[in-house]
Amino acid sequence: MVGVVLVSHSAGLAAEAVALARGIAGADAPVAAAGGMVDGGLGTSVDVVEAAVRSVDRGAGVLLIPDLGSSVLTARLLEEDGRIVVADVPFVEGAIAAAVAAGAGAPLAEVLEAAEEARTFRKL
Amino acid sequence: MERDLFVAWFEEATRLVRADRDRLTRLDAAIGDADHGTNLDRGLTEVLKELAGSPPESGAQVLTTAGTTLIRRVGGASGPLYGSLFRQMGKALETPVTLAGFAGAFEEGVVAVERLGKAVLGDKTMVDALAPASRALALAVRDGAEVSVALGQAARAAQEGSKATIPLQARKGRASYLGERSVGHEDPGAASAALFMAALASVAG
Repeated sequence: MVGVVLVSHSAGLAAEAVALARGIAGADAPVAAAGGMVDGGLGTSVDVVEAAVRSVDRGAGVLLIPDLGSSVLTARLLEEDGRIVVADVPFVEGAIAAAVAAGAGAPLAEVLEAAEEARTFRKL
Repeated sequence: MERDLFVAWFEEATRLVRADRDRLTRLDAAIGDADHGTNLDRGLTEVLKELAGSPPESGAQVLTTAGTTLIRRVGGASGPLYGSLFRQMGKALETPVTLAGFAGAFEEGVVAVERLGKAVLGDKTMVDALAPASRALALAVRDGAEVSVALGQAARAAQEGSKATIPLQARKGRASYLGERSVGHEDPGAASAALFMAALASVAG
């Protein structure tokens, strides 16, 4: 299965978004949180993101979903062509769409596509 | 010898950033999240610790060590951006270091920053100081300038580039959320980039 990592400035935001995504996608979906600094403060830590990637990497690739700013920059530092990919998608909606697709066993390209579709979901 | 020069660059940059920490943070408070001065000071302090703890063998290694440390230790956008600048420079820099070789490595570093941040000249970012500095260095190399003259010109170009961000509207980073309200403030990333170039001119000039 493809792994999904939610990268946020906030440990709490990343953890809760993972809980929500797994609640909807199923507890087996390999979704991990990478929020905040090593000391728990606000910010983005490449060490925290790398550890999260390792925790969900089952060989089928990993999709990184950053919130904004340095989360995007840090996620992009870890990109590996065709294996570790950053999605330019809304954080919560993209995370849920990616988690559902990943949990259903879709390959990386389809998980990315599912997340990108979340960009155009209308709420009203 | 050249290794010591690069270590001295980071020592001087740390001194200048620390001396200007409150100004950088004030600039960042105006249009950002008020952490640029403290983040960079903390990151550079870690760089000096790392360089002292496991002394690199070459100037290129000083740069890669500094870049990797900034990426790992700075939680804000300046960590990945400055980290990429120095890491890419370290990768590209050949030994023995010449002015032309340094200018080429610096240009590659600036391109790495532009790629990572997807920023171009005029977006009101550190690129507005780094790119003019890179161009000044390339011109100085072309004209066969002395090292001290070339680095002085690069430092001036960075300083002028930073001041030129004042009337710009930000198109990247947190300041871009402010739209027109970002006009009238110097970009803190450009201001710190100018300090890095001033530090280099001061130790190698």
